[in-house]
Amino acid sequence: MRIGVFVCQCGTNIASTVETEAVAREALQHPDVVYATSYMYTCSEPGQQQIQRAIQEENLQGVVVAACSPRMHEPTFRRAVEKAGLNRFMFEMANIREHVSWISNDRQANTRKAAELVHMAVAKLRFNHPLSPSRVAINKRVLVIGGGVAGIQAALDCAEGGLEVVLVERQPSIGGKMAKLDKTFPTIDCSSCILGPKMVDVAQKENIRLYACSEVESVAGYIGNFSVQIRRKATCVDWNLCTGCGLCMEKCPAKKVPDHFNEDLGNTRAIGIPFPQAIPKKATIDKEHCRQFTRGKCGVCKKICPVGAIDYEMEDEFISEDFGAIIVATGFDLFDHSSYGEYGGGRFPDVISGLQYERILSASGPFGGHIQRPSDGRQPRNIVFIACVGSRDASVDRPYCSGVCCMYIAKQAILTRDHLPDSNCYVFYMDIRSPGKNYDEFVRRAQEEYGVNYIRGRVGKIYPKNNHLIVQGADTLLGAQVEVEADLVVLATGVEASAGARELAEKLRISYDQYGFYMESHPKLRPVETNTAGVYLAGVCQGPKDIPSSVAQGSAAAAKVQALFSRDTIETSPQVALVNERACVACGKCIQVCPFGAIQWKELRGGIQKAEVLPSVCQGCGLCNATCPPKAVQLQHCTDNQILAEIDVLCA
Amino acid sequence: MTQSHDNPAHKQALTIVGFLCNWCSYGGADTAGVCRFKQPTDLRIIRVPCTGRMDPLFIARSLILGADGVLVSGCHPKDCHYAVGNLYARRRLEVLKRMLPFMGIDGDRFRYTWVSASEGQRWQQVVTEFSEQIRSLGPNPGVTGKSAAAATA
Amino acid sequence: MKRRIAYYQGCSLEGLAIEYDTSTRAVCEALDVELVEIPDWSCCGSTPAHSHDALLSAVLAGRNLAIAESTGCELAMTPCPGCLKSLKGALQAFHNQSERDVFLEILAMPFTGHIKAISILQLLYEIIGVDEISRRVIRPLNDLVLAPYYGCLLSRPAQFAEFDDPENPISMDELLVGAGAKLVDFPYKTECCGATYGVTRNQIVARLTGRILDMAAGLGAQAIVVACPLCQQNLDLRQSQVNRYWKRRFDIPVVYITQLLGLALGLEPEQLAWDKLFVEPDWPLTAPAVERDHLEKAQS
Repeated sequence: MRIGVFVCQCGTNIASTVETEAVAREALQHPDVVYATSYMYTCSEPGQQQIQRAIQEENLQGVVVAACSPRMHEPTFRRAVEKAGLNRFMFEMANIREHVSWISNDRQANTRKAAELVHMAVAKLRFNHPLSPSRVAINKRVLVIGGGVAGIQAALDCAEGGLEVVLVERQPSIGGKMAKLDKTFPTIDCSSCILGPKMVDVAQKENIRLYACSEVESVAGYIGNFSVQIRRKATCVDWNLCTGCGLCMEKCPAKKVPDHFNEDLGNTRAIGIPFPQAIPKKATIDKEHCRQFTRGKCGVCKKICPVGAIDYEMEDEFISEDFGAIIVATGFDLFDHSSYGEYGGGRFPDVISGLQYERILSASGPFGGHIQRPSDGRQPRNIVFIACVGSRDASVDRPYCSGVCCMYIAKQAILTRDHLPDSNCYVFYMDIRSPGKNYDEFVRRAQEEYGVNYIRGRVGKIYPKNNHLIVQGADTLLGAQVEVEADLVVLATGVEASAGARELAEKLRISYDQYGFYMESHPKLRPVETNTAGVYLAGVCQGPKDIPSSVAQGSAAAAKVQALFSRDTIETSPQVALVNERACVACGKCIQVCPFGAIQWKELRGGIQKAEVLPSVCQGCGLCNATCPPKAVQLQHCTDNQILAEIDVLCA
Repeated sequence: MTQSHDNPAHKQALTIVGFLCNWCSYGGADTAGVCRFKQPTDLRIIRVPCTGRMDPLFIARSLILGADGVLVSGCHPKDCHYAVGNLYARRRLEVLKRMLPFMGIDGDRFRYTWVSASEGQRWQQVVTEFSEQIRSLGPNPGVTGKSAAAATA
Repeated sequence: MKRRIAYYQGCSLEGLAIEYDTSTRAVCEALDVELVEIPDWSCCGSTPAHSHDALLSAVLAGRNLAIAESTGCELAMTPCPGCLKSLKGALQAFHNQSERDVFLEILAMPFTGHIKAISILQLLYEIIGVDEISRRVIRPLNDLVLAPYYGCLLSRPAQFAEFDDPENPISMDELLVGAGAKLVDFPYKTECCGATYGVTRNQIVARLTGRILDMAAGLGAQAIVVACPLCQQNLDLRQSQVNRYWKRRFDIPVVYITQLLGLALGLEPEQLAWDKLFVEPDWPLTAPAVERDHLEKAQS
């Protein structure tokens, strides 16, 4: 083999602590190396041309580049050598920047180390073989998990492009948290007026199939060919028959059922449609409260339903669907403020969460849009908002900023002053975080036009006194303690990962951070991709964000899917395991260990069984290779001989 | 950090082989580099797709050939890119660690650990500690050939 | 069977808080708890020790725990939250790998660290239990309206105290309700009383305790119930100072939980040192003892 070695100086990043010329010189000593040089920026256009020229002029059959991490530029150089006619797998990289020049200033030791890493790369390259990717067909259907605004946007954008979309929503209706909001900042648009039409679009688009009251049960397969099992939870109402007339809801005798859509501020019935604009507009039975289930007899809804849709015996149903891509938009949950003992720990009915106040403000809310206290229905005069409840607080394991609270309290304070001009609004805040278009102006309007009192400091204690709530806090700008006699306290409860987010991540084999938010592929440059190819993220499931950002991510994820589906097939990596049938003893251990079910039995003539790898399913982990007793399974591009070659030149 | 071990006078023999999984620990070592976390220079990293790829033979062979230490690092348990590869690795490497003394190799010359792609600082700590540990053990006397003969003489 | 528990009295309970000591011993006796006074006990180091050197504080308190272990008891109880914090600090030093050696070296006594340090509230609430105590009540505190006041230390810091809720403690509440008393919903359960500023800047204490007294009075409490000698001292002994500062006439007795439980358990006021309080209660301390079966009939 004729090998060329290219040592990059990376400007001074490498050259300042590694003698790149010496490394190149030493590389010429190794067997098969016929060309070696050092260059200022190997990844640049002229740098790549230099490699390509050398391949042609020196008739190179393999290339080693000693530069930055292969996680950075391996694809770049593989493309470059391919353009010059080499197979892209006849290329190796030695990481002499992240692993050498940046972690020590000892020039002599670094140079030694870089030379050895180059030697190892050369040793491995001598065992490389040209590999070619295979192609598999893409199933051009997309699954969107979660029907909040991000999922709705993703589904609509995909459907707009003509794709077949399945939207799975856990709740009886799509709409997510945005459907519960009264107005949106900073324009004070009516939330349901801007979301409603989108929800209707979802229902009307012929190529969107909506599974509400459903959850993803299991996911198998890989990019282009996922097969997903969906659990349709028993609603006890046949949705094919239900017309959404609401008669059952009117007649249901269980009247004290906490209304989850109204954040438990009011009561609803045990059967019904969660809210008037719900999509799909179908009734669901709440088994926890339905008398037919709790007492074993009632049957009022069954009697009254004009179309006979009620079916108490209904069971969960499982359906299997195949997809080429999955968009995850599972949203978030609100932080539960009962862990704040100093704010009453949930004991005071007039200390409420931000979303509860949103329902109070809403004209379709429990009080018809009139601001009143949950405890006694009295109109509050003094309203205190407390920022950062469950955000930026390590003591409750929520050190991150929820991103939206500063803005939503400003909005709620403005709306409060609009509704009740005689009221006084106080906002206790730590910092105001309003980086968005027209956001800071909006907060200033709350302060200047609407006369909301902003107090910089934390609240230490809330306690009831004479039908008021005494809010004790610090004003850190005045350096004084302040006490406000409040009638209503709104906690700007933060955002946390949705319940069940971790379990879903395990099913999708995507990673999540310590708080349960899904990890994007790259925090800057691949914000909607995950490390599992074909699975994309949108909305708050990836991290706290506001509506415009969620919508943008929904569209971005849809664009990613459209790009993927614009081809009919995809390349699969040829770095997969391969069975040498002569050596295989048919012990079946590889089949047992493979996490992806990528190895199966293959029958040869005469009924002899051998293991066989399905290259399109194999992910290239090499577990089978390490397990195989006679080493008949070898992971291509990372064979035993390649690794041993590296070890041998290093240790011998 | 002391730079004494960079003294060329006793530079020669120290060779530490690192086997890092591509998804977590190799990324963690990259992160440490990007953050310019200074580390001893004795480690040479070999990239493998997953610690599940680790055949104990690789480690045994390195140490038999004379490597002074071997460090294997992968994703934290339950964080494996391939779901379970590191769990297999954990069992195999634990068995290997206990077997090394029977091969005449000090078990302290081998360590396996978990470092995620974001744990640059932890990587620095792991490399520094392990390098110091190997330094305190001194060069690997080896189990075959001249050095073994010298050791038994 | 009688429970044997090592008893660390601490300096406060020898002096200003002698009624706490007397009533604690009496109540434990009545509840079949044998208090084994730690022989030759010494100062826990208190605030001066731990503000000077945590290790000094740990070893001073550790000496007492080491002696307590030698009595064969598995628990060491102290009514004073300040002492309790010191004793727990000693155990923390012992269980901390990096501190243990130097701690034991200075201690220079055998110490296994198996003993646990608890407060009198923990003994009453967690070990004996509300049920057993209320079963033994023969003179219920009927009609008494009380404000339970825990102060800052008993349940905090949470990871150190490992007892009750740090923001809304309820142990004393339940014990008192179990003894038949009525409680006000007291929002100042854990407010600061001013602590040792009583000596150096007593205006701070006057201001802070005034707020607590004002709240209790406003809610109609007939007494404030405490479990800390320092709280009791600031609220009771200094109540006249508070009255001068606030130009008010608070007249609220501030009594130890053990004194009230003692009454409920049928002990006489003299056995519980009720005469040591500065602000005397204006309500009768002894109602006629109720026969056990009579009481049960009334409750059912």
